[in-house]
Amino acid sequence: MKSAVVVFPASNCDRDAAVALEHLTGEKPHMAWHADTDLPDVDLIVLPGGFAYGDYLRCGAMAAQSRIMRDVKKKADQGVTVLGICNGFQVLTETGLLPGALMRNAQLKFVCKPVGLEVEETQSVFTRKYDKGQKLSFPVAHGDGNYFADDETLDRLEGEGRVVFRYAQGENPNGSARNIAGILSEKRNVLGLMPHPERVCDPMLGGTDGVGLFQSLIEALS
Amino acid sequence: MTDITPQTVREHGLSVEEYGRIKQLLNRDPNLVELGVFSVMWSEHCSYKSTRAHLRRLPTKAPWVLQGPGENAGVIDIGDGDVAVFKMESHNHPSFIEPYQGAATGVGGIMRDVFTMGARPVAMMNALRFGAPDHPKTRHLVSGVVSGIGGYGNCMGVPTVGGEVNFHRSYNGNILVNAMCVGLARGDKIFKSAAEGAGNPVVYIGSKTGRDGIHGATMASAEFNEDSEEKRPTVQVGDPFTEKLLLEACLELMATDAIIAIQDMGAAGLTSSSAEMGSKGGSGIELDLDRVPQREENMTAYDMMLSESQERMLAVLKPGREGEAERIFKKWQLDFAVIGRTTDSGRLIVKHKGAVVADMPVHALSEEAPVYNRPFERRTPASGSPPYDRARPVMDSLVRLMASPDIASRRWVWEQYDNTVMADTVQRPGGDAAVVRVHNTDKALAITTDVTPRYCKADPFEGAKQAVAEAWRNLTAVGATPLAVTDNLNFGNPEKPEIMGEIASAVDGIAEACRALDFPVVSGNCSLYNETNGEAILPTPAIGAVGLLKNVNRMATIAFKRENDAILLIGDTKGHLGQSIYLREIEGKEEGAAPPVDLSAERKNGDFVRSLIEAGKVDTVHDLSDGGLIVALAEMALPTRIGAKIALPATGDAIAFLYGEDQARYLVAAADAERILADAKAAGVSAVLLGRTGGDKIAVEGAGEIAIAALARAHEGWFPSYMGGTELSPSN
Repeated sequence: MKSAVVVFPASNCDRDAAVALEHLTGEKPHMAWHADTDLPDVDLIVLPGGFAYGDYLRCGAMAAQSRIMRDVKKKADQGVTVLGICNGFQVLTETGLLPGALMRNAQLKFVCKPVGLEVEETQSVFTRKYDKGQKLSFPVAHGDGNYFADDETLDRLEGEGRVVFRYAQGENPNGSARNIAGILSEKRNVLGLMPHPERVCDPMLGGTDGVGLFQSLIEALS
Repeated sequence: MTDITPQTVREHGLSVEEYGRIKQLLNRDPNLVELGVFSVMWSEHCSYKSTRAHLRRLPTKAPWVLQGPGENAGVIDIGDGDVAVFKMESHNHPSFIEPYQGAATGVGGIMRDVFTMGARPVAMMNALRFGAPDHPKTRHLVSGVVSGIGGYGNCMGVPTVGGEVNFHRSYNGNILVNAMCVGLARGDKIFKSAAEGAGNPVVYIGSKTGRDGIHGATMASAEFNEDSEEKRPTVQVGDPFTEKLLLEACLELMATDAIIAIQDMGAAGLTSSSAEMGSKGGSGIELDLDRVPQREENMTAYDMMLSESQERMLAVLKPGREGEAERIFKKWQLDFAVIGRTTDSGRLIVKHKGAVVADMPVHALSEEAPVYNRPFERRTPASGSPPYDRARPVMDSLVRLMASPDIASRRWVWEQYDNTVMADTVQRPGGDAAVVRVHNTDKALAITTDVTPRYCKADPFEGAKQAVAEAWRNLTAVGATPLAVTDNLNFGNPEKPEIMGEIASAVDGIAEACRALDFPVVSGNCSLYNETNGEAILPTPAIGAVGLLKNVNRMATIAFKRENDAILLIGDTKGHLGQSIYLREIEGKEEGAAPPVDLSAERKNGDFVRSLIEAGKVDTVHDLSDGGLIVALAEMALPTRIGAKIALPATGDAIAFLYGEDQARYLVAAADAERILADAKAAGVSAVLLGRTGGDKIAVEGAGEIAIAALARAHEGWFPSYMGGTELSPSN
């Protein structure tokens, strides 16, 4: 599986994503600079966590306008798999590749802790190696992860099996609508999620629950 | 140019004698720009004029120390060509005036100190002291400082992995925000600040210069009074986004060989960076301020030389390499300008609008700063063991202590810090020391910050020894070999002999402990004048320390891991209750002698515990500190909810045994008690079997029991309910 990680100014989980990808695929991902016009041909594009452009306007809003995103959007429309983690999820909603928005956390504070998740949907290239209903623990680390969309959109996401991860009962760290932690695009090739799977791919770091996500991708895309 | 009047001199915080010395060094009267430059360079904050004579007594050398005090940060060898670069620094005064920006820029400043040396920051810690919880400002300050630290560190993508938070009324008007940054580099790629050679380009990189922070260093060198909040305009505003770009751009430039010297612009900005680089390199520097990237219009030379705008660096490049450097900084969308050159004149010459506006000998600014041997009086240490109610129920007190402000869980704080970014955090906040793996290796750094200010108040010498010993013990407790220290000396007004006495005794205590434990001081910072309306803070010599785990798989944590493990107490217990948390919280007494620190026992017991961890015989260890044995036992039970049952010794008082704060002690849990007892006997270390893990209670035979669930509620509840605004009864 060939992959690329997009680096925006002040991305800060780009290395973490690259380490997890290299560790699990045996191949270094291409690191794509935000000012580049084109991505190479890859099977997976990762938009990593961080504070792209300082998150000074709205999280992800300026990154969504960066030059590289035109190509990411084009490739996503052509069916290339795109994974947006944390700030990457925010960039995806700002780009319109995913519906809804990520608002300030309900408690108005940054939150970093492991949270319980449930895998709700295994019919995707991101989650086929998990079991439906499987309980996972991924860390979150964000100030703006409160997923919001209108009821009609939420109903549609649920009806089409596009809610992939939900926060477990009582574990919603940010007030997200219907405990949503991660969603798919209509064509199911784009996933955005707030928790960090790349930080739980190494037993020394407190868990390996994130490995399943990358192995799903390797199986589906290699 | 304005004429300098005695009032101008006074307003710049300079004494009549100091002004006379400046005239002598210049052979003439200074102009206003020069006076401003001298005033910040000779401020307590920049010159250490009150402490320098004492700091010379600190041990700073060891075979593994590659850079001691005097550079932006200390550097130690951690094997295989890798080095750790670290320093702790205060941002106390600004954080009291504007807590969010004060704390945020404190984080930014210490990170720059580390990456200016060529290291990538990999971990942040911070030691925070606030006023009494019931003081009307405390909540606001806690909230602002914590979100400021998080706001900056989280954006930088450097994990904040731990630290300390304490409350005491002596900090009501002067909170302490001490931030520590640890970075990693290769030993052959360390950058220093000596601007050697003439004719080399001096380049300005980073953010534009504005009028923010003018005279910040001078503010940090005076006592506070009711008007201090009017000083808000002197607090700088942080921009972590720019700092992140600056970090990446600097590391990219450092991968080339274009740099001769580099220095961040911290306190006193362009003035101190240029003067220090010139002075260390034995060269002169000529600056043309018209070329300085400016954020505001009509800035004067005075403004630009004294601005403390953040996220700026000054570098001296090899001639001809400007283009290469500029390309890197443009790529990262940062300002880059050649603003001057090095000379062989030994003078700092500043030009603005075609005229020379300052011309001063470089060495006069940094090397000729006054050094004061201020008069000092060493206080007689507090003594005695205060009486206490021996009939008080032991377990009721435990619940109260677990919910007391200095012991309650700090989860509310650390969950606002990204502590797992960079995917190398092996031990998160909540243990004895944070552990961060050296990327791509099986090595790890252990990091801690420690000081017990109430001990230092009672006895500055023993208290400072204790701060070093506890830091050493916390590193040992995770299995690390302690390597070196950074110290952050926070005290009151050094012009008062009793405060100067505290400083002198604390330096002696640190020196003695560091010598005995082979634990040299490689960097540090002093923050004086922490007084409001004449009331000084508790003496607070905070110790930041770094140790090395050669094999991260041989590591201990505080959590009980199995039922029916033996629980052993390592080290002697005499039941020292003087200055204990128990006396303060339960009996309402801040009295008695601070616990004495036997450094040879520290060494022997610590080396023994570390050997057990390294040999894989033990994976569960907790150092004993605030609250003594029973609080430590509760803290070991809480993470996994595995309880414990222990017995009391045949003789002696239960309260003193359980709550005494005797030093040089650890609790360890392991399956095989006999082997450890035998090893201890062979090593000449005192070790006793206290009991076993198991169940869902903490039970002490003859003294009662308490459910872990009740302890958890007490321990986890205090901080959120306090910050949520629940009314508190006065304490502390």
